[in-house]
Amino acid sequence: MRNRQLIGYALILVVMATAPLYLPPYELSLLGRFLALAILALGISLIWGTAGMLSLGQGLFFGLGGYALAMHLKLTNADPGSLPDFMQWSGLDKLPFWWEPFRSPVIAIAAVFILPGLVAALLAFLVFRRRVSGAYFAIITQALALAASTFVISQQQFTGGFNGLTGFTQVFGFALTDPHTQLGLYFVTLAALALSFFVTRLLLDSRFGTVLLAIRDGENRVRFLGYNPLPFKVIAFAFAGILAGLSGALVTLDLGVISPAMFGVVPSIEMVIWVAVGGRASLIGAVLGTLLVNFGKDWISSAFPELWLYVVGAAFILVVTLAPTGVVGLAQRWRSLPMLRRSRPPALVE
Amino acid sequence: MSSPAPEALLEEPGALLEVDHVTVSYDGFKALNNLSFSMEAGSVHVLIGPNGAGKSTLLDTIIGRVRPTEGRILFKGEDISALPEFRIVQRGICRKFQTPGVLDELTVEANILVAATKDRRSWRSLTNVRTASERERVEEVLKMIGLIGKRKLPAAQLAHGERQWLEIGMVVASDADLLLLDEPAAGMTHSEAGATAALIRQLAGRHAFIVIDHDMDFVEQIAAPVSVLHMGSMLAQGTVEEMRRHPQVAAVYLGRPPTGADAHA
Repeated sequence: MRNRQLIGYALILVVMATAPLYLPPYELSLLGRFLALAILALGISLIWGTAGMLSLGQGLFFGLGGYALAMHLKLTNADPGSLPDFMQWSGLDKLPFWWEPFRSPVIAIAAVFILPGLVAALLAFLVFRRRVSGAYFAIITQALALAASTFVISQQQFTGGFNGLTGFTQVFGFALTDPHTQLGLYFVTLAALALSFFVTRLLLDSRFGTVLLAIRDGENRVRFLGYNPLPFKVIAFAFAGILAGLSGALVTLDLGVISPAMFGVVPSIEMVIWVAVGGRASLIGAVLGTLLVNFGKDWISSAFPELWLYVVGAAFILVVTLAPTGVVGLAQRWRSLPMLRRSRPPALVE
Repeated sequence: MSSPAPEALLEEPGALLEVDHVTVSYDGFKALNNLSFSMEAGSVHVLIGPNGAGKSTLLDTIIGRVRPTEGRILFKGEDISALPEFRIVQRGICRKFQTPGVLDELTVEANILVAATKDRRSWRSLTNVRTASERERVEEVLKMIGLIGKRKLPAAQLAHGERQWLEIGMVVASDADLLLLDEPAAGMTHSEAGATAALIRQLAGRHAFIVIDHDMDFVEQIAAPVSVLHMGSMLAQGTVEEMRRHPQVAAVYLGRPPTGADAHA
């Protein structure tokens, strides 16, 4: 069983790694971007599917990772001695002090991980210390995503406002539009996803993962067995935040832009839908759901532009009511009928 | 025994738990009223009393779910009344709740393992090391509660009695010095209840127990001193037989005036 699973993972990896050989450039660039998004989905699967913490604000951490890298790109792409373009348009004559550290590529790349990780840890600590959970937690995260996108839009002279940060052509010395750079980026993304998957799998298979599942099942029971649930939840949530940040940085490279429209309320909710469709208790499900929904979105919104929101809404309702374990759960059910069926469908919010 | 607090070594070995003039009041209603009692390591106490007498509140207060309005709780000589719940458990008290609180999604074995784990710190759980003594303990407890054949089943698939046993097993696996059992035999068949009482008798000495129950047959089988709580105070203490004859106990249970109960005795 364990070996079969490993062979399965290896097969998927080979199929993905050889995609540049058989996929046309447009589809390949989509696949690359969706694989980057799947890194974020792994985090949602961990915190929601296993630990029962529904976050409707993962976009916040995605945005932090994206902006951390984009700030560096903005600085290195500006003419020597001059400010990034949008700052000049807004009449700034001096770089804000908190932009300074992002000149360093090392600091910027570290910030892609550290910034979202710290913010997620702080948020989780403050909220879960008060034993807030379930729908209240979801609402708080949603409000934060809204506040963050509103803030970024309102501070145009520092953040690029609604248009976000864009217009960079050079990435660490490579031309962004060069096909070789794009191909390299695809492999970096695939490696990042594989590594993230592996680490998340290890986390779930460790005692940490067992306790996390136990906390979803009965937080008080766990507490009264002598565990403090708080650090378990904080670590899991911070880890999901780091994955979201990495995802945001890779997508920023892929699209050449990060903007409030990419991390606000609507994208944050869509992220949860990817994972719900794929099967939130399964890491493979999270990846599969991300690819499925996003390819679906690309296809439907180019064929019937006004239809997409209805389709994704309907998909979410269908999954929640009829197939709470998602596509992966359905597949398991067909394969082994009642044997692997869950004893009870998980609640949307615990 | 699980790590005693250092200061416990300085105390006389006698009192494991001391409930010291504890009052718990909710908006003026006193769920516990100036209650004092103490018990020694390895001893068994049964708490009975009508609904609302404060039995569950007493266990809640010991385990830190409810804080005393007045008074304090000493465990191994240490005042634990202000500690967070999980710290109280780490000191060596573990509780079985009234409604079985097993972890449904986990297997029977994982339930016991989570309870038997000594090092419960989050970062230590990232490394997957289990000590040999923890593994042995899991086997031992699985045998004890008769669920060794169902170890790989999710706890959700167990029958009600088995769930009760599983939770008892979890509490025992924690190796706490004091185990609090809130209606452990509720919903059990007569023979299951008998086996539970036998298990408590067998484990007495290694662990101290406070057991709450309504079922007098079950209480009799435990064969331990009985305390009767009434309106948040200790009404009487003694053997099961003495409590049966006790006029005030009969009065609070049956609503009979004490004088009427005298005739019965």
